[in-house]
Amino acid sequence: MNIAVTIDDVARETLPIASEAGPAPKRIVVAYGFWIFLLSDIVMFSALFAAYAALVHATAGGPSGAVLFNQGTAAIETACLLLSSYTCGMMSLSVNSRSRSAVYFFAAVTFALGTMFLALELREFAGMISDGAGPQRSAFLSAFFTLVGCHGLHVTAGLVWLTVMMAQVAVKGLRANVERRLLCFALFWHALDIIWVWLFTVVYLIGVQP
Amino acid sequence: MTDIRFDRAPGDRPILTDREEGTPVGVLVYTIGLVLAVILTATSFWVANTSLIWGPGVPIGLMVLAIAQMGIHLVFFLHITTGPDNTNNVLALAFGILIVLLVVVGSTVIMANLNENLMPPPEVMNLHMQH
Amino acid sequence: MNLLGKLDWNAIPFDQPIVMGAGGGVILAIVFVLSWVTLKGYVPYLWREWITSVDHKRIGVMYLVLALLMLLRGFSDAIMMRSQQAVAAGGAQGYLPPEHYDQIFSAHGTIMIFFVAMPLVIGLMNFAVPLQLGIRDVAFPTLNSVGLWLTASGILLTNVSLVIGEFARTGWMAYPPLSELQFSPGVGVDYYLWSLQISGIGTLLTGINFVTTILKARAPGMGYMRMPVFCWTALASNLMIVAVFPILTATLAMLLLDRYVGFHFFSLDAGGNVMMYVNLFWMWGHPEVYILVLPAFGIFSEVSATFSGKPLFGYRSMVAATMAICILSMMVWLHHFFTMGASASVNAFFGVASMIIGVPTGVKVFNWMFTMYGGRVRFEVPVLWTIGFMVTFVLGGLTGVLLAVPPVDWQVHNSLFLVAHFHHVIIPGVVFGAFAGYVYWFPKAFGFKLDETWGRRAFWCWFIGFHLAFMPLYVVGLMGMTRRLQHYDVLSWQPWLLVAEVGAVIVLAGIACQVIQLVVSIRNREKLRVGGDPWNGRTLEWATASPPPAWNFAVVPHVATLDAFWNAKRRAATGANQAAQARAYTPIEMPKNSPIGFVNAFFAVVTGFALIWHIWWMAGVGLLGAFAAFLVFAFRDEDEVEVPVEQIARFEQSHPAEVVL
Repeated sequence: MNIAVTIDDVARETLPIASEAGPAPKRIVVAYGFWIFLLSDIVMFSALFAAYAALVHATAGGPSGAVLFNQGTAAIETACLLLSSYTCGMMSLSVNSRSRSAVYFFAAVTFALGTMFLALELREFAGMISDGAGPQRSAFLSAFFTLVGCHGLHVTAGLVWLTVMMAQVAVKGLRANVERRLLCFALFWHALDIIWVWLFTVVYLIGVQP
Repeated sequence: MTDIRFDRAPGDRPILTDREEGTPVGVLVYTIGLVLAVILTATSFWVANTSLIWGPGVPIGLMVLAIAQMGIHLVFFLHITTGPDNTNNVLALAFGILIVLLVVVGSTVIMANLNENLMPPPEVMNLHMQH
Repeated sequence: MNLLGKLDWNAIPFDQPIVMGAGGGVILAIVFVLSWVTLKGYVPYLWREWITSVDHKRIGVMYLVLALLMLLRGFSDAIMMRSQQAVAAGGAQGYLPPEHYDQIFSAHGTIMIFFVAMPLVIGLMNFAVPLQLGIRDVAFPTLNSVGLWLTASGILLTNVSLVIGEFARTGWMAYPPLSELQFSPGVGVDYYLWSLQISGIGTLLTGINFVTTILKARAPGMGYMRMPVFCWTALASNLMIVAVFPILTATLAMLLLDRYVGFHFFSLDAGGNVMMYVNLFWMWGHPEVYILVLPAFGIFSEVSATFSGKPLFGYRSMVAATMAICILSMMVWLHHFFTMGASASVNAFFGVASMIIGVPTGVKVFNWMFTMYGGRVRFEVPVLWTIGFMVTFVLGGLTGVLLAVPPVDWQVHNSLFLVAHFHHVIIPGVVFGAFAGYVYWFPKAFGFKLDETWGRRAFWCWFIGFHLAFMPLYVVGLMGMTRRLQHYDVLSWQPWLLVAEVGAVIVLAGIACQVIQLVVSIRNREKLRVGGDPWNGRTLEWATASPPPAWNFAVVPHVATLDAFWNAKRRAATGANQAAQARAYTPIEMPKNSPIGFVNAFFAVVTGFALIWHIWWMAGVGLLGAFAAFLVFAFRDEDEVEVPVEQIARFEQSHPAEVVL
């Protein structure tokens, strides 16, 4: 609860009540709309999580998570994504300080880390499929591949988006609408990391408990 | 940045006054977030693999750590605070979390209950019928 | 690899005369309309002013056009079913073979829920909410257009299934295992799934748009408790859309994965869990009906207040009830599968919750009644729909409370009693509400009222026809008739079903009256012409001209009270607060029209059709095309158009406002 008399050195009484202040500036409107979209995306993931939870024991005589999952790989994937969230934050700071070369640099590092994450994940999937533990083997594996795969698809989409955004920065510079879109990208990328926290906790850590 | 008002875009850092403006502060926030997240993640992996913690308590411990990590992301990376300029953002987040809980907990409870009430498989059924 | 996937000439049902007749008729009608439009030279106008429009008012009208057209399709399915059931008693087989009948009831439900009720409600919200909020457009106008055209894509795909391939035969809920590939190897379920996934994206975009608009973009001075009730119900409805449509997306995606790639979410083997589909589906399905009915409740609030000449009774309790319904609606979904085997305690929890959710609705009904009590009620057509709703919906809701008792539900689940119940709430709730809104806001949208006589005839036909069509279904439901029967052996059911058939025909007459009403009104539009405030309204949309200019308000209104327009009129009547007519206008930045919605939807149809028929290269082309179009859009330089002061001044002078806000 903010009991400050002033908000950022401006006396509170002079500001209109938030709900009566009229339409918000575009940056707030766009980011809030994207925030709502992210929440809807998280609900979609929760439905996939629910399906996973319901099917986690439905191994149909096939391999379970304890047998299949490699915590080492999961740890490296987590590190990649967490670091990429950090570098994305650095990119946001570069956008604010309008330093284009820093923006490109941090975007590139974010992209590289995201790609490494995807490569590791694809390698894991390929390994499981070649071991006969593909998604068609059992309901548990269907749920696993869908849940983790959906996250991977989102990461892929994020990387495509990042590339397009760098093209936009190159062509249009850091205009207002490009800045807004980069803000949305940052929201997206951080949200993906939050979802991954839940993914690796539920699937790779809790899921392999005896 | 946004003009001064009781409203902030989600993901935007709080408006810094002249005193505080400057990238060092921004970098510090993200760095602290990263360090804390790394610590929590490492702890999660440790909790999952240690024998020092009572077995049934491990999933709960992991959930708590996951919630903490989510909190770190929200506060340090997404700059979600409880200030009046963030009310809409927090309310939307709370709504989202409510729906997620309803979906996940509701489904898990219901599916467990339904599965419980399914007929036993043939082998067990025969045993059952033999009294 | 076959270049056309599973598609070949066998896809066209040449051997089904009814389908060929219907399909042929529709194709002829489409060809005729397209030719007429082209030859008359309307295409550039339509492209410029409607297809590429991002104006919420135009988009709202287009949603309504789609909805009303699909009402004709959904209703033809209904009357075909009633006719079949009226005759197929004892040994008679009727005129619809089972494979066809199954598609009809599946298409009826799918079309009515997704392509009639949703577009009706979304169209009305699109038209009215920004005007009521005192703003120029929604938060994301281009996204709005994308949502509209994606809905149109879903509609197109579903209708194409009539003539190329088949539709699902699983019922509109598409439960596995029947909807799995093993038992539905044809393309029907795929048509269903892809239509809904595509239009579902559109609906989600609408949800995001309206939540953001209502929370972040109201006129200055319009605090939350000064918002019209319709905007509150729109907020609740769109919050629910954002909350639950992703669940449907995930569930249908899981079924698609089962069908296309051999996954085992809902299969009978390898650990699949059929019950999980039912659980997830209804987690979306129950809030969906509240998504539909809450805006209708909002319309009834606006109409009862306006035509009683009184403020809405109990504004705060209305708001509280609306938000309570928003949250509670997500805690009752198990009542759709009481019989699936949950234990008594689980059933009891959801039974009690389902009864509790009737309470806020009851609060609303009392508020509407108290609004009209003591007022000078003008029995215009919207009020007829409202009163018709009130008397009918309450009874339908009561049968819902009956069904909320698990032991009762065990007797009548999936019988015609259930069918009667949900039509008994949806039709008076959503359909009557939409019709009330349609008549109420039509003059605002087009500048002339709808013919009143035909409006009254339409109402009475619908009201009487509805009761005749559905009350007998309660009786046969209690006599043991289950739903979706193509024929039946119990002759004692037939008289009731014949009465129901008569009811359906009377509803058909009602629809005919509405079509005639529209034609007559357009023909007599000069005589029916009205100004900005034909109903002596209370909310801000009536402060604009009819139809409003693209920018809605020349000067953004500053709101000081609830019922802002009504109070502005009262202040003007006392002579106070009449600002000078020559106000200082500033140029207005309006969002630029864009073809991205239409182009994107075109590629969505291509992709959807390709995926349905397993034409993989075409699916790739569709996706790439959509992405490329999006890139072109993302790199555009101009996203706004400036409306010059002279244009604003000219419009304001030719449409003088009675009351200046």
